[in-house]
Amino acid sequence: MPFFGFRGGVHPDYNKGATSGKPIEVMPVKEGALYGVPLAQHIGAPAKPLVAKNQEVKAGELIGQAAGFISANIHAPVSGRVVALQSLPHPVSGKTAGIIIEASGEQDEILPVNVSEKFQETVLNAGIVGLGGATFPSNVKLSPPKKVDTLLLNGAECEPYLTCDHRLMLEKTEEIIKGADLIRRALNIENLIIGIEENKADALEAFGKFASSYKFELVPLEVKYPQGGEKQLIKACLNRTVPEGMLPLEVGVIVHNVGTCLAVYDAVENKKPLIERVVTVTGAVKEPKNLLVRVGTPVQDIIDYCGGFLGEPRKVVMGGPMMGFALSNLDVPMMKGTSGILVFREEDLPDLKQCNCIRCGRCVDVCPMGLIPSVMDRFVVREMYESLADWHVMNCIECGCCSYDCPSRRNLAGGFKTSKREVMKVLKAREAEKNG
Amino acid sequence: MADNKFLVSFSPHTRDPLTTDKVMMFVVLALVPSILVSVYVYGFYAVKTYALAVIFCLGLEALFLKIRKLPVTVRDNSALVTAVLLAMNMPPSPPWWLVLAGSFVAIIISKQVFGGLGQNPFNPALVGRVFLLIAWPAEMTSWIEPSTLKSGFMFDAVSTATPLGQIKSEIISSGHIVSTGMADISDLFIGTVSGCLGGDSAIAVLIGGLFLIWKRIIKWHIPFTYLATVFVLTGLYWLISPEKTLNPLQHIFAGGLMLGAFFMATDYVTCPMTIRGQILFGFGCGLLTVVIRLFGGYPEGVAFSILIMNAVTPLIDNYMRPASFGEVKS
Ligand code: SF4
Ligand code: SF4
Repeated sequence: MPFFGFRGGVHPDYNKGATSGKPIEVMPVKEGALYGVPLAQHIGAPAKPLVAKNQEVKAGELIGQAAGFISANIHAPVSGRVVALQSLPHPVSGKTAGIIIEASGEQDEILPVNVSEKFQETVLNAGIVGLGGATFPSNVKLSPPKKVDTLLLNGAECEPYLTCDHRLMLEKTEEIIKGADLIRRALNIENLIIGIEENKADALEAFGKFASSYKFELVPLEVKYPQGGEKQLIKACLNRTVPEGMLPLEVGVIVHNVGTCLAVYDAVENKKPLIERVVTVTGAVKEPKNLLVRVGTPVQDIIDYCGGFLGEPRKVVMGGPMMGFALSNLDVPMMKGTSGILVFREEDLPDLKQCNCIRCGRCVDVCPMGLIPSVMDRFVVREMYESLADWHVMNCIECGCCSYDCPSRRNLAGGFKTSKREVMKVLKAREAEKNG
Repeated sequence: MADNKFLVSFSPHTRDPLTTDKVMMFVVLALVPSILVSVYVYGFYAVKTYALAVIFCLGLEALFLKIRKLPVTVRDNSALVTAVLLAMNMPPSPPWWLVLAGSFVAIIISKQVFGGLGQNPFNPALVGRVFLLIAWPAEMTSWIEPSTLKSGFMFDAVSTATPLGQIKSEIISSGHIVSTGMADISDLFIGTVSGCLGGDSAIAVLIGGLFLIWKRIIKWHIPFTYLATVFVLTGLYWLISPEKTLNPLQHIFAGGLMLGAFFMATDYVTCPMTIRGQILFGFGCGLLTVVIRLFGGYPEGVAFSILIMNAVTPLIDNYMRPASFGEVKS
């Protein structure tokens, strides 16, 4: 299988060594502990709460119903009692509606999901969302309105520090492949391609053993960030370019993260709803780990379980260092999309002192979407949203390569992220003008 | 206060270690071979000129920022780069006030007035040079015979002409080149010809330039297209009328072309950011340099060419935006 690669990208220090060799450990449910379950852990409408205060719930019980087409079900991560329906701290929006459950002593049983004839319905019932970070409801992605010829499994894990997918690929190899096979058969997709970054030789080898029996192609990916970006991955493996503003579907491809495939397998074969996931806890913690954690567990508890901080923490990031969110406090709960919890001390952090753009063009060279971040930055600073639209800011995938490489430490990616809402307004207005 | 315990900032939370002050330091480092050659050739004169330029440039920048109550950002090292390049673009032994005037024009007029680092449309060192050339043509073209370190200290400088200048005046007076052996390739290569303080040693500039390319501080596109354009165009002219000009190799090694191509045309602030833009920019610089050298009344042409292309840079950047990923032409 030829490898086509993609343009741009950066090579940050990978720092995966602390956890890449550590098997996944289960973090037990603690009796009496509070689990804060947000109703919006996915892209789309928040789920509708189905429980009342003081109600007893069982682990796996549906407590939030998908509301609308793009939404996802939420299940009780633990058995216990609902102590409150209240807002919870959220790393992005600040606050989000949620359900707080106090875990009881009885945790042996997890209620099974309703496995339906229709594959997509089972996925919906199990509350599965994209576990690579985008958290797009999987049942929607698995109901393509168009013919798909290739299912691409994303095992790149290109974000530094994170090793949760790597460990899953080693420990759950066949289950992941079976999950992918379920998707392939349900959607009648011819090709299955599994892409894994070359720095995970053991994972490549593990998958290689199944390549002929399950008939898939294994593609070793160049180690480069953002190799795991959907559009980059498709370009690199298939040499197909997803048109701007379109989904991979447009070129006949569906991309799924390996963790999502495992969740699909667990839902269909083991009737297990998505109430826990593997998260890499690393950086300045005493015992870095890959942990299987119930959704809703506060970050504080997870860090405590890893022996606490090592030294004085200065920044705690949820997700990877390139795209993750810095937390302002540790009450934030673990969510379906949380792939990492990273702790940095002052000395681990880069100097972020900004100076003027020197027009060095590094951001241009590394942007995988072919954008001109330095020029867009000028428009962001001056709030020139019309110009931002003209320079294709909506095509920005917020990968952070530009900010990463900027010697003047401009807040490029962050500025684009926050400007997009205004730019959307501009585009809507233009659309309206065109139509009448 | 619990909420202020943790630093909250936008992703990415990790950054490439290279910062702007380091970028500038790399450029200075890359100029070290050229500095050494000029010190070898002009001795004490060279040391004095560099020292004056550095003191004046850094001092003026700090002073200006202080007066305007702005943060003093001298430590970004950009003024240092300007100082060294300005010194290299002066005659080997300029009077102190000439260096001061050049520094003032470079740092204050052409950089700080426009908003400081990254905001200047024109390369400050070149603006300084061109201003001085126009204001004090005699002082700016008082070349001295290159000598060794020893004689430099003894102040026995003999005034002389640069190879390009000599040939230009011969062509103007008699229509063709009279003196032969004026621009011996090996002299040009090593830098033992008279001319500006620095940059006359093609080999020293080349070492520094290749170092910058290797360290990915600059890309090869501008220097390569610039030099290639000059080589090809002067080559064609030389094939047609060899008695009227130097051969193309002499052209690319003579004068400030090497220094211009590797260190001044590649100035981030004033050159285009995209590769296509940079290729066009390099070609434009080359074309203008050849036109000035062959058909203009002035022997050099590098400074003027780069400044003219600096003026076009915003246009290039605006109209040569590359297609964004998957862009659909509408
Ligand atoms: S990387 Fe930073 S300094 Fe360089 S051009 Fe881009 S924004 Fe400007
Ligand atoms: S964050 Fe956006 S602009 Fe910056 S490199 Fe990524 S895609 Fe390009």
